[in-house]
Amino acid sequence: MVYLAPTDLGTALAALADTPLTIVAGGTDFFPARVGRPLDERVLDLSRVDELRGIEAGVDSVRIGGLTRWADLRDADLPRCFDGLRLAAREVGGIQIQNAGTIAGNLCNASPAADGIPPLLTLDASVELTSRNGSRTIPLADFVTGYRETALRPGEILTAVVVPRVGGNGHSDFLKLGSRTYLVISIVMVAGVVDIAGDGTILDARLAVGACSPVARRLRALEVDLRGRSIFDNPDDLVGMQHLADLSPIDDVRASAAYRMEAALVLIRKLLARVAAVSWRV
Amino acid sequence: MASLSLSINGVRVELDVLPMRRLTDVLRQDLGLTATKVGCEAGDCGICSVLIDGSVVNACTIPVGRLEGREVLTLEGLDRSGRLDVLQRSFLHYGAAQCGICIPGMLVAAAGLLMTDPAPNEQSVKDALGGVLCRCTGYRKIIEAVVAAPAFEESQVTAAEGKAVGARVPRVDGVPKVRGKEVFGADGSLPGVLEARAIRSPHARAGFQIADLASYVGARAGIVAVFTAADIPGRNRFGVIPSLADQPVFAERETRFRGEAIALVVGEVDAISMLDLDDFPVEWHPLPELRSPEAAVAAGAHLLHGDREGNVLIRGLVQTGNLDAAWDIAERQVAGEFSTGFVEHAYLEPEAGFAVRVGDRIEVHATTQTPHMDLTEVAEILDLSPAQVRIVPSAVGGGFGGKLDLSIQPMLALAAWRLNRPVRMVYTRPESMMSTTKRHPSRITARVGATSAGQLVAMDFDGVFDTGAYASWGPTVANRVPVHAGGPYRYTAYRARSAAIHTNNPPSGAFRGFGVPQAAIAQECLFDELADAVGVDRLEFRLRNALMAGNPTVTGQVFESGVGYADCLEALRPIWTRAREEGAEKNKSAGRTRRGVGLAGMWYGCGNTALPNPSTIKVGLRPTGRIILHQGAVDIGQGANTVISQICADALGVSMSAIDRVGADTDTTPDAGKTSASRQTYVSGNAAFAAGQALRRRILALSSASDEATFLVSGGRLEFHDRGRVEEVDLAALPLDADGYVAVAEATYDPPTVPLDENGQGVPYAVYGFGAQLTELEVDLDLGRVRLLKITAAHDVGRAVNPVLLEGQIQGGIAQGIGMALMEEYLPGRTENLHDYLIPTFGDVPEIVSILVESIDPFGPYGAKGIGEHSLIPTAPSILNAIRDAIGVAIRTIPATPDRVLAAIRKAGVD
Repeated sequence: MVYLAPTDLGTALAALADTPLTIVAGGTDFFPARVGRPLDERVLDLSRVDELRGIEAGVDSVRIGGLTRWADLRDADLPRCFDGLRLAAREVGGIQIQNAGTIAGNLCNASPAADGIPPLLTLDASVELTSRNGSRTIPLADFVTGYRETALRPGEILTAVVVPRVGGNGHSDFLKLGSRTYLVISIVMVAGVVDIAGDGTILDARLAVGACSPVARRLRALEVDLRGRSIFDNPDDLVGMQHLADLSPIDDVRASAAYRMEAALVLIRKLLARVAAVSWRV
Repeated sequence: MASLSLSINGVRVELDVLPMRRLTDVLRQDLGLTATKVGCEAGDCGICSVLIDGSVVNACTIPVGRLEGREVLTLEGLDRSGRLDVLQRSFLHYGAAQCGICIPGMLVAAAGLLMTDPAPNEQSVKDALGGVLCRCTGYRKIIEAVVAAPAFEESQVTAAEGKAVGARVPRVDGVPKVRGKEVFGADGSLPGVLEARAIRSPHARAGFQIADLASYVGARAGIVAVFTAADIPGRNRFGVIPSLADQPVFAERETRFRGEAIALVVGEVDAISMLDLDDFPVEWHPLPELRSPEAAVAAGAHLLHGDREGNVLIRGLVQTGNLDAAWDIAERQVAGEFSTGFVEHAYLEPEAGFAVRVGDRIEVHATTQTPHMDLTEVAEILDLSPAQVRIVPSAVGGGFGGKLDLSIQPMLALAAWRLNRPVRMVYTRPESMMSTTKRHPSRITARVGATSAGQLVAMDFDGVFDTGAYASWGPTVANRVPVHAGGPYRYTAYRARSAAIHTNNPPSGAFRGFGVPQAAIAQECLFDELADAVGVDRLEFRLRNALMAGNPTVTGQVFESGVGYADCLEALRPIWTRAREEGAEKNKSAGRTRRGVGLAGMWYGCGNTALPNPSTIKVGLRPTGRIILHQGAVDIGQGANTVISQICADALGVSMSAIDRVGADTDTTPDAGKTSASRQTYVSGNAAFAAGQALRRRILALSSASDEATFLVSGGRLEFHDRGRVEEVDLAALPLDADGYVAVAEATYDPPTVPLDENGQGVPYAVYGFGAQLTELEVDLDLGRVRLLKITAAHDVGRAVNPVLLEGQIQGGIAQGIGMALMEEYLPGRTENLHDYLIPTFGDVPEIVSILVESIDPFGPYGAKGIGEHSLIPTAPSILNAIRDAIGVAIRTIPATPDRVLAAIRKAGVD
C-alpha cells in the first residue's frame, strides 16, 4: 500500500509521473466505490495541496482551483453568470458532501449525473490538466468523453477549471429534479446562462442538460433558435421536443427514459420562465 | 503506516495508522470513540458526521492520513464539561431520539449549525441537517429540538407517584442516546476479538462448489478459519415459525436468492479488513431463476422447497356472509388491481454484534428484536441445550420487523463456539440490504360494493404476496392480511384470500404492518372511488360504514368498547372540510400544480394472530429501597423501556425515579416476547401492570397496612401511609430471597384470543387500534412531482401512556408511509445502497399534526393499545387518495414516483 499526501503540486506531479496512483480529492466518490473492500490501493491524496484550492477572478477568466469544494463555490462571491453553478453546489448531497467534495473530483468521476458539469458547460468552462511536463487546457466538453470516461492522461491532475469572462448580463440558473429533497442523485438537471437585451431579446443562450445522456450535453440547436427571440415569449413556443434530439436518456431505477425526455423539456422551459421573471424585475 | 498528530475533541492525539483507513474506523476501533456511528460507509446517511476544523463532514469518506494538524470534534466532545449540552437536553426534552443511532450525526450537524446560526429556523435546520438520515422519527421532533435549543430552558417533566401514565416524561433510556454512550451492535467488543465476513451468492439462484479451504486459510496471514454448512453441529435450518423453518445458515448445494451466505471467513481484525472477498475459492453455476410469483406458479417452474407444491408457502382466507347475494344488492361497485414492490427496512444500524464462548455456554451480544427466539434457534443450530445459550440484545439501531429473523447470530455463535475466541461481525450496508428480509411485494385485486344509498355491502379481496426464498414471516402476512383487508368497516359479505408464493427473491418477512399496509392501499383507495360512485362525501362514506362497538368484525368478533375509529374520523372532519375548501379555491387558479386532499383509515390487531403470545415481566424490591424492573421487551427505539416503566410505576404506586431497569438479557429478564405486532405496550404492558400490582400487594403485606395504603421508599426504609396512619419498616431487617430481593413478583399476560376456523372466524386479537390520516399535497402537472403540505393523523391509542412517544411513533410511521407511497422500491442487485434506494429525508416529511383519541380499551393496561405499526398503515393510501383528488386519476402501482404520476396525468389528459 502506498499513500502519498503531499502539500505541494510539484511533489504530487512528480509522484504521479513515477508510478500509477489512484487520485483522491474529497473522497466522496472514492470511498463509496469501495464499501466492504480492502483499502489497499496506491493512493495520491491531494487534499493537502492547498494551492489547488480557491477561486481567482482574473481579467479574462475566473479560475477555480481543482480542489475547490462545493461549499466554497456555494458561498463564493461570483459574477451573476455563476448563479447556476452555485445553485448546483447547494444541491450536491448534503452539506457533509458539500464540505468535502471537490469540483475536480466531480469532473474526473464523470458520472452522467455529475452536478457540476451542466452549469460549467453553460459557462464554456475549460479544464487545466497538469503533469510534470506542463499544462494543457482543453474545453470541458472535450474532457468528459463518455460514461465515466475522461481525457485525463496518466500523470495528469485536473488542477483548475477556467471560466472565460464574456460580455453580457449572464442570467444563470440551474434546476435539479430528483425523487426526494436532499441527498439525491438527479433524474434530470438543466443549467442555463442567458444574455438578454433591455427589451427582452435573447442575445445569447447557453443551455445544458445532465443525466439524460452518457455525458451532459449543450443544446446547440436550441441555443441557435433562441437567439433573437424574446425571453418573454411563451416558453412552450421557445422550446420544443425537437431541441432535445441530442439527448439519449436511459431507463434506470430513478426514472424511465421517456420521463426524462419530458422532464428535460419541462425544466428547460421552466428555466427560461425563471430567467424571464427575473428580467422583469431588473 | 503513518504517524499523525491531530486534535480530537480538544485533546492532542498521536496515531500510528494505515493512512487510507476511514476516519470512522480509526475513531471507533483505535480510539474507542464509538459515538460516531457507521451506517453506510458511502456518505449516504450522514450518521458519522463529525466536525473537522468546524466544518461538518462524513467521517466515513475521510482517509485519516490527511488529518495531520487538524481538529476533529465528535459527539463525545459536545458534553466535555460533564453536563449535557443545550442541544442534548433539547433533544431529550422534545423526544428527538428514538433508536438513537442517527442522533450523534444529528447532534454534530446541529452543533455545526449553531456555530454560524445562533437562532436557526425550520428551513435552516433542514438545510444543515438534511445530509443525515433518520428512519425512526420522521425528523419533526429533531427539527423542533434544534430550533428550540438556543433558548432551551430546563423544564424537567416528571410525574408524581401514580401519575406516570399519561405524562409526557422523557424516555428513560434517553441520556445515553444523546451522549453517544448507547452500545449498539457494532459498538460492543472484547479484547482479542476476531472479525467475520460472509461469502454471499452474487446470483439469485446458483449451484456452487467451494475449493480447498485449508490452503485458502493457510495462504492468508491472520485468517483463522472458514466455516460452511458442513461445520454446523446442529440443524442448518432456522425460521421464525418453527414448523416451517427452512432457511440455512449457509446454503448447502444451491443458493436460493442473491445475497445468501455460503461461508464465513474469520480472522484477525486487521487481516479481515484487508481481505478481498472476491478471492474466495468458489465456483458458481447460475441456474434459472424465478423472480416473480407469476413465474413461480407457472407450470414447470422449479420448486424452491420440494414439499411446497406450486411454490405456494401458504394461503389465507377469511369469509363471512353470502358474497353472491351481496353483489346483487350492491348497486355501485368498483374494482382494481394494485401492485407494490419490495420495501427495505433501511434501519440505519446494519446488523452487528459479537459472540463469546464462556465455558460450555455461548453468549451472543447482537442487535435483535427477539432475544428468546434467537436463543431457541441458536441452540438448535449449535446443537446445544437452551440453557447453554445467552442472548444479550445490544441497543437496537432501528428494527421495524427486520431484526426479528436471525442474521448474524448463528454465524457469530458458531465461530465463537468453534474457535473459543470472541468473534464480531458487522454487515456492510449492501450486505444488510441484500441478505435480510423485506416488505412483501404484493399484487392485489379487489372489488367493493355499496348500495346506492351508500351502505357498504361487500368486498372480495385477493392478494398474492412474493414471500421470496424462505418462509420467514410469510405465514403471518398471509394470515393477518385477510383479517384486516376490509379495514374497520361493517360488511354484509366479505371474502379475503391471500397467498404467499416462493421466488428466488430475498426472503420477505416482517415489516411494520405484516402486509396490512399493502392491503390498506387497495381497500382505502377503492373506498374513495366507491364513495364517489355512490355520490357521498369520502369522509362521510367511511363514517357511515365505520365499525362501531357492538358490530361484528369480518371474523365475527364483537367489541363492547374500545372501538374509536369513528372518533378518529370525526376528529379529522374539521380539517377535511377546511382542506377541501382551501384546495378547491387554489385549484381555481390556472397554475401548473393541483392541490389534493386524501383520507384513509385503518385498523390493526395488536399481537400474534390467534396464537399464544405471552409476555412476562418481573419486578422486585431491593433492601436498598430501589425497585428493579426486569424488562425484557426489547426497546428498538419505540419506547418500550419508558412505557413499561410508566405502567409498572403506577401499578406499584411509586414514582418512576424509584425504578431501575434490568435487561433485556435472556439470563436476567423473563421472556417478554418479541418486539413486533405492536404488542409491547399492550401485552408486556399488561404483564408489567400485573407484576407491579402483585409486588405492591407483597410490599403492603410487609406491614399491617390495608390495600388502600400508599407507600414511599426512602433510603433503606419503607414508609406506609394508611388513612392518616404512618408505619415504617426497616428494609435491612427483612429476609432476602436468592436473588437478593425483599419482595418480588413476576406476572405473565397472554392476550385472550380464539383460533380462527376454516372460514377465518374467531377472535384473532383481543385489542385493535384504529386510526385515520389526512394528507394535503400538491402535484406538479408537468413533472409529476408530489409535494406534501401537511398530514393530520388521528389515532385511537386506547389510553395515551406517553404522548411524546406516541407522537414520535406517529411521525415515524408516517415518514415510512411517505417513503412507501412515493419513493421506495427495492430492486435486488440494483438498489443495494442508500443512494439508489431512497428513503425520505428532512425535506420530504411535512408538518404532522397528531390527534390522540382515547377509547380506553377494556383489555389494555390502563386502556392502552399499540401504535407502532398503526401509524404507517393509512399514510400511503391517504397520499394516493390525495393524488387522485388532485389529478383525478388513481395510481395503482406503488411507489408513485414522478414518472408514474406524470404517466397517469398524461393518460388521463389532465390539464
